[in-house]
Amino acid sequence: MKQLMLGNKAVARGLYEAGVCFISSYPGTPSTEITEEAAKYDEIYCEWAPNEKVAMESAFGACLAGKRAFCGMKHVGLNVAADPLFTMSYTGVNAGLVIGVADDAGMHSSQNEQDSRHHAIAAKVPMLEPSDSAEAKEFAALAFELSEKYDTPVLLKMCTRVSHSQSVVEPGERTVPSKEYEKDIAKYVMMPGFAKKRHPIVEERTKALIEYAESAPVNRVEMGATELGIITDSTSYQYVKEVFGDSVSVLKLGMTNPLPVKLIKSFAEAVDRLVVVEELDPIIENHVRTLGIPVEGKNILPMIDEFSQSIVAKALGKEVPEGYSIEDAIPGRPPVMCAGCPHRGLFYTLKKNKCTVLGDIGCYTLGAVQPLAAIEMTLCMGASIGATHGFNKILGQKSEGKTVAVIGDSTFMHSGMTGLANVAYNQSNSTVIILDNSITGMTGHQQNPTTGYNIKGDPAGKIDLEALCRAMGFNRVRVVDPYNLKECDAVLKEELAAAEPSVIISRRPCALLKYVKHKAPLFVDTDKCIGCKSCMRIGCPAISIKDGKARVDATLCVGCGVCSQLCPTDSFKSSADK
Amino acid sequence: MKSGNIMIVGVGGQGSLLASKLLGHLLLSQGYDVKVSEVHGMSQRGGSVVTYVRYGEKVYSPVIDKGEADFIVSFELLEAARWLPFLKKDGQIVTNTQQIDPMPVITGAAVYPENLVEKMQKSGAKVDALDCLQLAEKAGSAKAVNLVLLGRLSHYFDLPEQAWMTSIEAIVPAKFQEMNKKAFDLGKAAS
Repeated sequence: MKQLMLGNKAVARGLYEAGVCFISSYPGTPSTEITEEAAKYDEIYCEWAPNEKVAMESAFGACLAGKRAFCGMKHVGLNVAADPLFTMSYTGVNAGLVIGVADDAGMHSSQNEQDSRHHAIAAKVPMLEPSDSAEAKEFAALAFELSEKYDTPVLLKMCTRVSHSQSVVEPGERTVPSKEYEKDIAKYVMMPGFAKKRHPIVEERTKALIEYAESAPVNRVEMGATELGIITDSTSYQYVKEVFGDSVSVLKLGMTNPLPVKLIKSFAEAVDRLVVVEELDPIIENHVRTLGIPVEGKNILPMIDEFSQSIVAKALGKEVPEGYSIEDAIPGRPPVMCAGCPHRGLFYTLKKNKCTVLGDIGCYTLGAVQPLAAIEMTLCMGASIGATHGFNKILGQKSEGKTVAVIGDSTFMHSGMTGLANVAYNQSNSTVIILDNSITGMTGHQQNPTTGYNIKGDPAGKIDLEALCRAMGFNRVRVVDPYNLKECDAVLKEELAAAEPSVIISRRPCALLKYVKHKAPLFVDTDKCIGCKSCMRIGCPAISIKDGKARVDATLCVGCGVCSQLCPTDSFKSSADK
Repeated sequence: MKSGNIMIVGVGGQGSLLASKLLGHLLLSQGYDVKVSEVHGMSQRGGSVVTYVRYGEKVYSPVIDKGEADFIVSFELLEAARWLPFLKKDGQIVTNTQQIDPMPVITGAAVYPENLVEKMQKSGAKVDALDCLQLAEKAGSAKAVNLVLLGRLSHYFDLPEQAWMTSIEAIVPAKFQEMNKKAFDLGKAAS
């Protein structure tokens, strides 16, 4: 029966129908729901791996063993997993192997807007790009056919608007193909002698895939008037059709690596004006240009941000509608740390101590926004620790006593451990703070190796952070409760002053976790409140100033009590004591 | 066959995803092609969130652009004003009158504009504003604001009451159905 399905859920359905038996992924917006939805099928073994590289290697092992396997990640995750990807291109697969990668043009929840199509070209692996949920399901299954037919891993490229849009899908049946594992040293051991023999196979495979691309059903010509011909892919196709319907000619590319040659040439010959409409980088456009075909694209369309029908319409000379407006400036509403967020007390302490904070990727990156504005650098997963090490090595005593790395529990497991090993090994006098909120928060509460539960919520192995840090050689490992400002302040001062590297674990579960019991909300005794705004320094969304006095929104407040520790007049009272 | 664009706007955590899910189900059940586009991840953390619901014989783009929305359903007053430029000429705003201060207002860096309903009406927009929080609490839970808003929205749709009820039954967990139906009715009956 037809149903509305999120793009990511449709991928999961496609994986199920294609007989996938193994999925290992690391969460990352906008890719996360692929694996979360797949985990609802009992027939598929699913797991969260510590990072994308481990996920991809695990999926490779599973395909080697003879079952179709998948791993999912966001665009920047593919950088982490690029190492196995580039060489899996040489080894090929046994049973099919598909890698789902979700780009985030517009950076709704990302640190950059890199274009994953570059990875497909660089690693010489085919890439499929669905434009809606129905194609997401269909292409997921096709990716496995191509993987096995051409003996290659296949990239299934999603993007925010395909991943997080619901459209109509018709579910089908599951069939499970499988293969036997056979020892084949020359194929699977990539040392120079064997790799040299595999590289020509990769180049021949690309030629065969180009031949496939020339007539692949996913590369579709929709002829309309011939004054304008548009080559497009992914969600851009939808904007083109929204603007022009069937009135212009469109070459929709469902496979964007390798790109066809003859198909593009014949399409170009059939139209008067050729334009490529693609988000981010001019990948198709550059390909068309190398074929010697005059083409437009990034001369009229932006290389920055996601597209929409208006952007495409304006670029191609069509009028766009106007809406209403009022004169008032509308204040922005940036995302903020939630009321009761355990990161708040810790960031307040860091700000109070005028620390230089090198940050990392997670909810706590919000520690960079006003009024806390404590974080001074965020780069990629795990970078806080490496950067702090380098920073301290150069500035020495000038920075050691006030510089800290802050990194979440999941991010630490992802790629913070190796940075910490470097601090332990090369001995910078660095202070590393692990913000352990017992979950992977920003992507919507996924388990990780420190939580003690697996993707299904069943008990699993649990890595002891204190023991791990001690085993790496840290003599100073402290645990603090970020709701206790006095304790945080004292421990931070001690560890910054210590003459050796140290780890502080700031431990309290995310306030949004269902099992977390909240205290009664606080209220302000307006007779006592002097309106000094000390409580406003922590940027809690539950506190505001009304008529010169602090006020607590009881629907948001979870009674964490961090604000009351800042109040000089003891004005915050628990509504439980009313 | 008719087509339409509905934007659901609000503050992260207010429950707009259930509203879009319900609308998606309803419109699909009426034989339309439907696309619903959501926001996940960082923007959800108390930030301004928007969901697009589009329906018609064939829907291509999953997003709604400036001047294209037939309806803006807003969970919060400032958010209705923020997305006003997306309203189509003669489009309709259905908004909760609840005000939630964003962080720049809380810290004093910006002010929450006054009389937004009147100002939006003065711009020429049709605005249907009601205190959904009060009605939701009357129905049994502050969380039922989304059903109050949908009840109000149902005024403007030529769809049988039963179709809405069937979708509520399909989307809302059983134990909350009575309360949510009551919220829907209160929103629908409000004037």
